[in-house]
Amino acid sequence: MDHLDELENKSIYIIREAFHDFKDMALLWSIGKDSTTLLWLCMKAFFGKLPFPAVHIDTTFKFPEMYEFRDKYAKEFNLNLIVGKNEEALKKGVNYQDTDTFECTHLLKTEALKQTIAKHKFKALLVGIRRDEHGIRAKERYFSPRNKDFKWNYKDQPAELWDQYKSKAEEDVHLRVHPLLHWTEQDIWEYTKRENIPVNKLYFAKDGKRFRSLGCMPITKPIKSEADTIDKVIEEIKNTKEAERAGRLQDKEQANTMEKLRSLGYM
Amino acid sequence: MIKEYLKFVIVGHVDHGKSSLIGRLLFDTKSIPQEKIDEVKTVCEALGKDFEFSYLMDYLTEEREKNITIDTTQTFFKTKQRDYVIIDAPGHKEFLKNMITGSSLAEAAILIVDADEGIKEQTKRHAYLLNLLNLKQIIVVINKMDLVDYQEKRFKEVEQEVITHLNKLNLKPNYIIPISAKNGDNIATKDNNLNWFQGPTVLDALDSFTNQFQEENLPLRLPVQDIYEDMVVGRIESGKIEKNQEITILPSNVSNKVLSIKKWREELDLASYGHSIGLKLDDIQVKRGQIICDKDNLPQVVNNFKATIFWMSSNEIKVNEIVSLKIVTQEQDVVIKKIHKLMDSSTLEEIDGDVIKETYIAEVEFKSDKPLVIENYNKIPEMGRFVLIQNEDIVAGGIIV
Repeated sequence: MDHLDELENKSIYIIREAFHDFKDMALLWSIGKDSTTLLWLCMKAFFGKLPFPAVHIDTTFKFPEMYEFRDKYAKEFNLNLIVGKNEEALKKGVNYQDTDTFECTHLLKTEALKQTIAKHKFKALLVGIRRDEHGIRAKERYFSPRNKDFKWNYKDQPAELWDQYKSKAEEDVHLRVHPLLHWTEQDIWEYTKRENIPVNKLYFAKDGKRFRSLGCMPITKPIKSEADTIDKVIEEIKNTKEAERAGRLQDKEQANTMEKLRSLGYM
Repeated sequence: MIKEYLKFVIVGHVDHGKSSLIGRLLFDTKSIPQEKIDEVKTVCEALGKDFEFSYLMDYLTEEREKNITIDTTQTFFKTKQRDYVIIDAPGHKEFLKNMITGSSLAEAAILIVDADEGIKEQTKRHAYLLNLLNLKQIIVVINKMDLVDYQEKRFKEVEQEVITHLNKLNLKPNYIIPISAKNGDNIATKDNNLNWFQGPTVLDALDSFTNQFQEENLPLRLPVQDIYEDMVVGRIESGKIEKNQEITILPSNVSNKVLSIKKWREELDLASYGHSIGLKLDDIQVKRGQIICDKDNLPQVVNNFKATIFWMSSNEIKVNEIVSLKIVTQEQDVVIKKIHKLMDSSTLEEIDGDVIKETYIAEVEFKSDKPLVIENYNKIPEMGRFVLIQNEDIVAGGIIV
């Protein structure tokens, strides 16, 4: 069993545990490379037929290439796709130009997710976050409860050992399940290559630039790069000194922004 | 069979320098993006402090303000030899469950001891838990040598203190190394301040460790995780399974046969431990919690068994109280019939009474109404370790020896 096999089998085990424990669940599919890898692992876990919906939280400010990718593969994988939007905020005209990044991210992503969970009564969500993305995500559990206000009680997280996880949720609590927690960015790309998982073209360099992490258009910046193939992307990541989410403006602005966003329910 | 990462945990008493050592390891191996260093600089300046290595790991506001690690965290770095995952574990007694959560994933451990203070309450407790978690590759670092003027004499005293205590636990460290995380002595490079020390640096010591693989030739144990239509799914915890193999399903003790082995689009003739697979069986009367076994080498099926448990919740438990036990995919209500021995996990002193409390270790006898399929922890660890659950939360871990 090689390294990628080990990552894959552990993730599949976690996905199956989650589905056993929480039938009312969904995959949170942001259309990026991580959640697409997670979708692939779900396809493996359930032999090609996802027994739960894929949820896309749509701020309406994503790249056109992301919507294209979503619609193409939702069809190809035969997904039950749920698109969740904060219609009320969008009607009021909330956008990244007139609203500050923190507030806009909170309203269009976190609040939209809250509404979607409430509407469909999901008890668990599969989310493709990884420990190496951000120091605060490194503190996560595989099965991480959120209370009805969506708060992450990071001061008192459940114990996890020997592949035993929190398997029941109290009323008004939902579980965030993180099957990719132990993967690195490089692992994702190496696995994507091995498995031939579809990749959004925004990740490959064009005119000396590429996106290393995808989000909302106004707050996601490309990096300088000549990596226009998957092999070159892997090589670039091996040698970079830059952080993966350096192009994601919502993480920064002020010290500990990510912690504040996450404690309010951000992914 | 090459695995590219070695996972190791850093444990020890509060304030002995765990997070600083990690910060130093990352810094010296050039594993931190400039952006992270800048972020920490900004935060330190905002708080009016000098650059804190520990902030590279301690990300929560409260951790930074109080200079403590609350929760376990993980980070990655590389040496010329291979990649590492470092698990940082908190040193406070109140965060013991976080320490265990982190340590349970490790293949090696660094136990850190302050050269000035010597071994303390959590040093001893963590040492005991490393032993219980079956961690056999251990480096003890005597940190803050700069505070004791890099004296060899002081190092020898603390070294002796450490050896004496670890001997009581039958724990033999592979290395005991004097360091200063703050100044970078003996972490990545040898330094003049400690030139009397002949042993390796911390990185050299880590590079000498090996990945922990399961023993070869163990019998097949495949706990049933779920059933998808006519497909039995689960992960092979030990041994291997082949197409057409005759198997025995416990505890019902029914014979069955493997018709096919699947992994999404692939059809396999054979699968070995660690793989999450799907099976088509001759008889589909199978349910979660049953164990698919090698028919010629069966595990124990028991209603009563002895185990050592460590309690990590502020809730307590009394003899004869019902608690839920989970071992692989088996889940069963059990009661503790008898406590043979109750101990403080730091002092190892025996405690009288029939109430098991946070941080206690207990040798107990369990009774279950329904049979459980188990193994000795030393034979097949995956089948010999379990957790206890109260009010939906994991409150204790245990091993069957």
